[in-house]
Amino acid sequence: MEARRKYLIDKVLLTASDVLPSEVERELQLIRRERVSIPVIYISSGTSSLIAGAGKTEAAVRAYLTEMETTSDVVGTGCSGPANFEPLVCIQLPGKNKLVFRNITEEKVDALLNAVFHNDIPDEDLVGQSGSKGFETWHGIPFIDDHPYFALQKRVILSNCGCYDPSSIEEYIARGGYRTFVKSIRHYTPDEVCEIIEKSGLRGRSGGGFLTGLKWKYALNTSGSGKYLICNAKESDPGGYTDRTIMESDPHRLIEGISIAAYATGASTAFIYIRSGSDKATETVRRAVSQARDLGLLGHNIYSSGFNLEIHIAIDAGAFVCGEETALIRSLEGRRGMPELKPPYPTTSGLFGKPTVINNVETLMNVPLIMKNGPEWFGSMGTEGSSGTKVFALAGRSRFTGIVEVEMGTPLKTIVEGIAGGVRDGKEFKALQLGGSTGTFITAGYLGTGVCFDELREIGSGLGAGSFIIIDETTCMVDLVRYYMDFMHRESCGKCIPCREGTGRMLEILDHVVKRPASDDAGTTLERFKGVMQLETIASVMKDTSLCGLGQNAPNPFLSAMNSFREEFEEHIFDRKCRSNVCRGLRTFTIDVEKCTGCTACASKCPVNAIYGTRLQPFFIVEDKCIGCGACHDVCKFSAISVK
Amino acid sequence: MESVIDEIFGRYKQGRKEDLIPILQEIQEKAGHISEYSIVRLGSLLGISTTKIYGLATFYDQFRFFPAGKVHLRVCHGTSCFMNGSGPVLASLKEELGIEPGQTTRDGRFSYEVVTCMGSCSIGPVIEVNGEYHTGVKSDQIPAMIKRLKHLIDN
Repeated sequence: MEARRKYLIDKVLLTASDVLPSEVERELQLIRRERVSIPVIYISSGTSSLIAGAGKTEAAVRAYLTEMETTSDVVGTGCSGPANFEPLVCIQLPGKNKLVFRNITEEKVDALLNAVFHNDIPDEDLVGQSGSKGFETWHGIPFIDDHPYFALQKRVILSNCGCYDPSSIEEYIARGGYRTFVKSIRHYTPDEVCEIIEKSGLRGRSGGGFLTGLKWKYALNTSGSGKYLICNAKESDPGGYTDRTIMESDPHRLIEGISIAAYATGASTAFIYIRSGSDKATETVRRAVSQARDLGLLGHNIYSSGFNLEIHIAIDAGAFVCGEETALIRSLEGRRGMPELKPPYPTTSGLFGKPTVINNVETLMNVPLIMKNGPEWFGSMGTEGSSGTKVFALAGRSRFTGIVEVEMGTPLKTIVEGIAGGVRDGKEFKALQLGGSTGTFITAGYLGTGVCFDELREIGSGLGAGSFIIIDETTCMVDLVRYYMDFMHRESCGKCIPCREGTGRMLEILDHVVKRPASDDAGTTLERFKGVMQLETIASVMKDTSLCGLGQNAPNPFLSAMNSFREEFEEHIFDRKCRSNVCRGLRTFTIDVEKCTGCTACASKCPVNAIYGTRLQPFFIVEDKCIGCGACHDVCKFSAISVK
Repeated sequence: MESVIDEIFGRYKQGRKEDLIPILQEIQEKAGHISEYSIVRLGSLLGISTTKIYGLATFYDQFRFFPAGKVHLRVCHGTSCFMNGSGPVLASLKEELGIEPGQTTRDGRFSYEVVTCMGSCSIGPVIEVNGEYHTGVKSDQIPAMIKRLKHLIDN
């Protein structure tokens, strides 16, 4: 082990030339598993894979191998993207392309391995083959790159995700990793690195879209010692999991990005601020940092360059607002995570009053690639104002969900209809939401818009941190807006009044819209309507006067839903109807006398005893008593109960 | 319990306020919750008043001041799970256990918390029970699930 490490440092990391000698390259091929003598079984083991049962699959694979006395390598890889396919298993037989199988739960393992080891490839569960030059292709099996989920993507940041074992630094180095970092600290000055990044046009991927190179320059040019670099991996939006997946699948490239960024900004201490609950990501990153330290890539006077760097990992303690940079800094200082007024910006006075640069995970993942391939390469991707690619977490009601990466400028329609495969279960598309819980809704008419900062701003939306939520007709917009407001209300830090009180009042009014009133006299409709009018006033005050982005953007979903789905709000307020039949307070059920057999199942399940009848005769529901819970609907075996 | 806390304190330097959150996290991880004893001891270690520590700990959702239940459930309430029906699941859980998220039942058997996204958006709603995941959970499955868990705890 020690000898291999020394070999990697001397022959790979410290080699100045870009092309490695062929004998070294051959050695690296072995580490990269491009030449294997025994079968290799890759099992994806990110959080979403584990939830789908990848842990049990791995145990079953190992048990099979022991039982059959077959020698094979079992490798746990990161997540390659499509969450629907989890647990994803790849099998590589010596000299042949990898075969990718989906949804391999533990009970399918024996049959699958038996078949593949006997060269009989089962069609069921097969996604396709993947491979590079020099491997024998399987005849009649499609390439996974032609699968619509992958074909329309441009995977640059995610190029390593799902391909290697994230717990092996050797494998990352064999894939060309850390060479850019070593080259940067030995051959470039911090100024030059900032210049290259600025020239590439890389903009912050967390929503604001500030030029990364420029931000670094501000920090570099601020005098004083003890600067800090913070990698913001907080990502706490409901429905967002891009950063977590990246950290689980390719932690070393993130560390390389952080190291280059720290060098460029003159920081010798860096923090990775990870959201609580992301245990797998934390464990992976922590192990990666200690491996990098063991190899001398972190520490004092790294490879005699005079550059020192220490990376610490901080776990957030569960407050959404800590994704905001000033709140994040307060939290790292051991205080309540409450945002502060800007300026001064963190680049002048940040953590412990020192100049601090905060970048998010995706931004930093781009850095090693830009330093390796040059700013022109990066600038050639995307549009004029937005270079590069963007990673999204597909979620909601789409057919495929998971992590995807597209070139900037790709129309939203391509992602919704192509990569995500449209809406699940043949339902009608209703809206798309970017930017998480404070994002606006994009209706079908605007899906021609390209993924880039400027075009999205024109239609009142933004890239946000990467959540991409597809909403279909089964979702009630009023209920969804209420859900977001409830989230914002709980997560408001309470420092400024517009946000603390505004979110509370807005939630209260929305609650009245979706709930059944205590009495149903004529006045309540008017009151509800007046409430909604006030919602718009409160929303505009919050937008103008809140201290940080949380309060300023909290009314966005409401305002945009009001704009595009006003008729749904009106139906809820005046007609007391929810067209998606989601709002419990607004629905009542009826029993079809033709279908009802009088089995009494519904009556015994009803929590408020609203169902009456005689056994073996049709039952009926007393509307005034019904609370719309739907328990009777779920329990009826004869489909006799329907929403009125 | 007290020896666990003292052992944690032994590893940190005195008076570094920025260690407050990591120490609290470690106490919660090792001891299960933040007790009054640990807050008082922490105050003297870091030179901060106990009110300030309590103020900080209550600000963050992660910290618990009572022991968690023998079975701790984590319910995903991210946007996808919400669209697929985590709302009724939570309502059913609340009704079945008679507690709010973050609380522990009186008999100390159950506690549950709401998390924002676990990242399994295609198979939601997801519930994690002591490290095991249940996917595609429906609200009417909750009573049976709780019954089964009660049986497991008692035996």
